[in-house]
Amino acid sequence: MPKQDTFTPGEPPVLEADVFLKGLWRENPVFVSLLGMCPVLAVTNTVMNSLAMGLATTFVLFMSTSLISLLRSFIPKQVRIPVFIVIIATFVTIVEYSIQAISLELYENLGAFIALIVVNCLIMGRAEAFASKNPLPRAMLDALGMGAGFTFALFCLGAVREILGSGSFAGVDLFGPNFQPWAIMILPPGGFLVLGGWLLLFAWARERSDRKKAEAEAAAGD
Amino acid sequence: MTYATAPSPEGQPPEQQPPRPAAGNSAHMIGALGAVAALSGLLLVMVYQATLPIIEANREALLQEAIFDVLPGAESRAAFVIRNGAPPAELEEGQALGDADFYAGFDADGVFAGVALRASAQGYQDVIRALFGYDPNAQEIIGFRVMENRETPGLGDKIAWDPEFLANFDGLQARINPDTGELDPPIRGVQEGAKTQPHEVDGISGATISVDAVVTMLNRAVGERVPYILEHLDIIEGAR
Repeated sequence: MPKQDTFTPGEPPVLEADVFLKGLWRENPVFVSLLGMCPVLAVTNTVMNSLAMGLATTFVLFMSTSLISLLRSFIPKQVRIPVFIVIIATFVTIVEYSIQAISLELYENLGAFIALIVVNCLIMGRAEAFASKNPLPRAMLDALGMGAGFTFALFCLGAVREILGSGSFAGVDLFGPNFQPWAIMILPPGGFLVLGGWLLLFAWARERSDRKKAEAEAAAGD
Repeated sequence: MTYATAPSPEGQPPEQQPPRPAAGNSAHMIGALGAVAALSGLLLVMVYQATLPIIEANREALLQEAIFDVLPGAESRAAFVIRNGAPPAELEEGQALGDADFYAGFDADGVFAGVALRASAQGYQDVIRALFGYDPNAQEIIGFRVMENRETPGLGDKIAWDPEFLANFDGLQARINPDTGELDPPIRGVQEGAKTQPHEVDGISGATISVDAVVTMLNRAVGERVPYILEHLDIIEGAR
């Protein structure tokens, strides 16, 4: 197999660790790329649901992009999308059975959104844009990074929504019986509000680090 | 498919395409699709076979727990299948608990505690399925548990967990008129806090449709099943 990691001259080579880390922060699928918004808004009403959804998506992402990366020279270009969808749907169905076997209550809570992982554009996007063009180890790292970033983002939303909307964290009551839960936070509008808050925070942090970097460069140039 | 071809935002080095088979080679395309489909089929069958017994055991455990939940004091149970025009038959050995039509509960001393029945009705989002306990001697509903619902979290889904709402089913009158064989008076949903009669259900403000669905399902299930149960009560009570 020809070496895939050769880059056009002049481009700095991307470190392997960066393939993993970019999904966590710089290219975070939720906070930066705004991918897969449907589960992000729908199932993040509790910490447990968020983590379960994040882990389920990470599993599907990891398994399907690995398989796609392995098969990438075998899959004809013209039918790559149907092949990707069949592979993704297979792993989603596996996750669906596994969650039912682990806990019916969890399956009830996540409901239709497990099946909807099939059309999560995060997975299709990584399969098409990365796994189908990269060797297996890089595709695996990328999937793990993106999955971790997605799970982290869902956890951020779920934690805020559960604390405000139910007064608990991962099912543990925080404020006692006198707390009046802010019910809108566990309803869909609460998802939008909290997502907006996190996006604002991330955009602000990114802008600040960019400005610092520019200032440092300007200072170095003097 | 804009995302498919859009470059990564952070200036990743251009990724080179692996060599693709020549275009128009339909045998290769069919072969690739067929092979992937066969592989996925094989994987699915394996996972299905491996998880099926666990999933069924989970369902059984959940149902078992729910039966004792809606029949306060019950510690053992018998499962019955309704037979048309004939007395109910006990579920045979080897049949799944979920195949039964109703369940009879008995307390620690073997005294009959009531029957657990299924009920379902269209809710706000989807069909709500529930299990409820009925005491045929007192002609009261003595327990209620939602098994499946997709109601709005925080509003409609209160029917499943709000303690004040569930307190309605701590002796809700559901009497069958011996002359007509019908539920009389039918269970009625009222505004939150407006319950004055033993056959009324205190509603939840903000969850009218979900509460109405609960009232509908109880009226329907009691009307359909309880006359049959009353008719064959001696057989049911003698099961243990």
